[in-house]
Amino acid sequence: MTEIWHGLTKAIELIISLDPEVMEIAGRSLRISGTACLLASLICLPLGSLIHSHHFRGKRVLINIIQTLFSVPTVIIGLFVFVLFSRAGPLGELGILFTPTAMVIGQMILITPILLGLTISALSGVSKEIVDTATSLGASGFQTVLLVLREARYAVLVAVIMGFGRAISEVGCALMIGGNFKGSTRVLTTATYLETGKGELELAIALGIILLFLALIINIVLNRLQQR
Amino acid sequence: MSLIKVTGLNHRYGERAILENINLSVDRGEVFALIGPTGAGKTTLLRIIDLLEVPSTGEIYFNGKCIPRSGKQRLEIRRRMSFIHQKPQVFNLSVYDNVACGLGWRGEEKNKIARKVDQILEMVGLKGYKNRNARTLSGGEAQRVALARSLVLEPEVLLLDEPTANLDPVSTAKIEQLISYVARQRNTTMIMATHDMSQGQQLADRIGVLLDGRLVQTGNATDIFRSPQNEEVAHFVGMENIIEGVIIANNEGIATVNICGNAIQAVSNYPAGREVYACIRPEDITLALSSTQSSARNSFQAKVTQVTFLGPLSRVEISCGFRLVVLVTKISAEELNLQVGREVYATFKATGVHIMEREISQ
Repeated sequence: MTEIWHGLTKAIELIISLDPEVMEIAGRSLRISGTACLLASLICLPLGSLIHSHHFRGKRVLINIIQTLFSVPTVIIGLFVFVLFSRAGPLGELGILFTPTAMVIGQMILITPILLGLTISALSGVSKEIVDTATSLGASGFQTVLLVLREARYAVLVAVIMGFGRAISEVGCALMIGGNFKGSTRVLTTATYLETGKGELELAIALGIILLFLALIINIVLNRLQQR
Repeated sequence: MSLIKVTGLNHRYGERAILENINLSVDRGEVFALIGPTGAGKTTLLRIIDLLEVPSTGEIYFNGKCIPRSGKQRLEIRRRMSFIHQKPQVFNLSVYDNVACGLGWRGEEKNKIARKVDQILEMVGLKGYKNRNARTLSGGEAQRVALARSLVLEPEVLLLDEPTANLDPVSTAKIEQLISYVARQRNTTMIMATHDMSQGQQLADRIGVLLDGRLVQTGNATDIFRSPQNEEVAHFVGMENIIEGVIIANNEGIATVNICGNAIQAVSNYPAGREVYACIRPEDITLALSSTQSSARNSFQAKVTQVTFLGPLSRVEISCGFRLVVLVTKISAEELNLQVGREVYATFKATGVHIMEREISQ
């Protein structure tokens, strides 16, 4: 118990003193997951709009599959991307395994189902009457899609934030693809994992607190948005 | 030439026929009212004219050109019209952005948009609301935003679907004022669906009665309200007295109709022997305590059987060998001391009786 208490006070010291190593790791986490989330959003928002606004055979099935993939295990994505980028793999020549780039790609794949699924359900919340009104005011198909996205902007933002939350808190994929190299691919989750294993509890707790703090901020923002 | 023409239009949802053989043409600058009860197909017809829906069969012409069933041309033509929906759907944006969006979609310049939006917001009396989120407005204000949003586009055709159905009397009056102002000032062609007959009568140049998906009668207000074409229309336009009878004589356009043994005089060209309905609007009958000498050809002694107070008016049912419903002002009802059993004289003119042919059902 004293060990935990000691660790906790040391951890808070590390955070308050803006310890360079801790800050570096936290910054990298934000950067990698932020990039992954941004890129995934750029793909998923238009794609989600496309799926939402078109009627086609198997739409229901597709949405079911997307929703199932919400909870795909991170290690499966890790395995998939590892195989893809490993020396002998189909994209091995790029040599990006164990780099932040590969981590971004892994996290993008990981959060795409969440972003896509939640975007589609956000857009479904916009009534048919709104779509009709836009059409009768002379919006083209594309302009209508943009308006619907704008109408659902808070719900869409919730989708993006949920995606970011999943990206920054996952460990399996980051460990397998990133390799947890100090100074290049070590992020909050992998560092916490490593330091705990090494017995460096204060550093691990400090990193854990930062992760929790990020989760808290995300939750506050989500709550605010959902109240709109 | 007509600006909008609909020919041979049929529309069905699955097995259910919504519209049947609609033929309609509306001239440029004309205000046309579609009246009919809820569920008659008014909204669907407007949606089809606005090219939001493709009819099952039939053609729509805009300015003489037949509109294809799909393709880019539909958007171009839709952009020359605007549709005010029954329930105003404002976007979750500021009032300004709501009104500006249609112009933006047409690729107007920013400065021009700002000027036009300001102008129109002033016109509908929402100038101070520019930056308010439109979702926070009341029903009447939201409807004015919807109206501004359409009017700012300066459409050639304005389609209005029950524009005042959910509004209080004050908001209704404001919207009606704006509509008639636009119709006069801009010479905008309008097609307006309403179940409020006085609104149709007040705003429209011509009226079409849509019953059960069929356009039963079109004409000016006098035609529709005084001379309905059949029993259905007569019922809908508030012709409360529809009485079966037979014409027994016709003397130079003045027909004598036998109704349950009473002879009434009516202006009609139907010859003797024809089975007819005699229709009399309840406000066209006057009641008096004594048989006064007047130019009216029809006067009957009657007994009051029921009195209902309807605010400023009273609805009086009388019996004079046949049943009649009469509307009198509350004041005259009191003066005449109208009570059940009271003896009165009912008087109406021969021109107040509309005769329509009765189809004998087998």
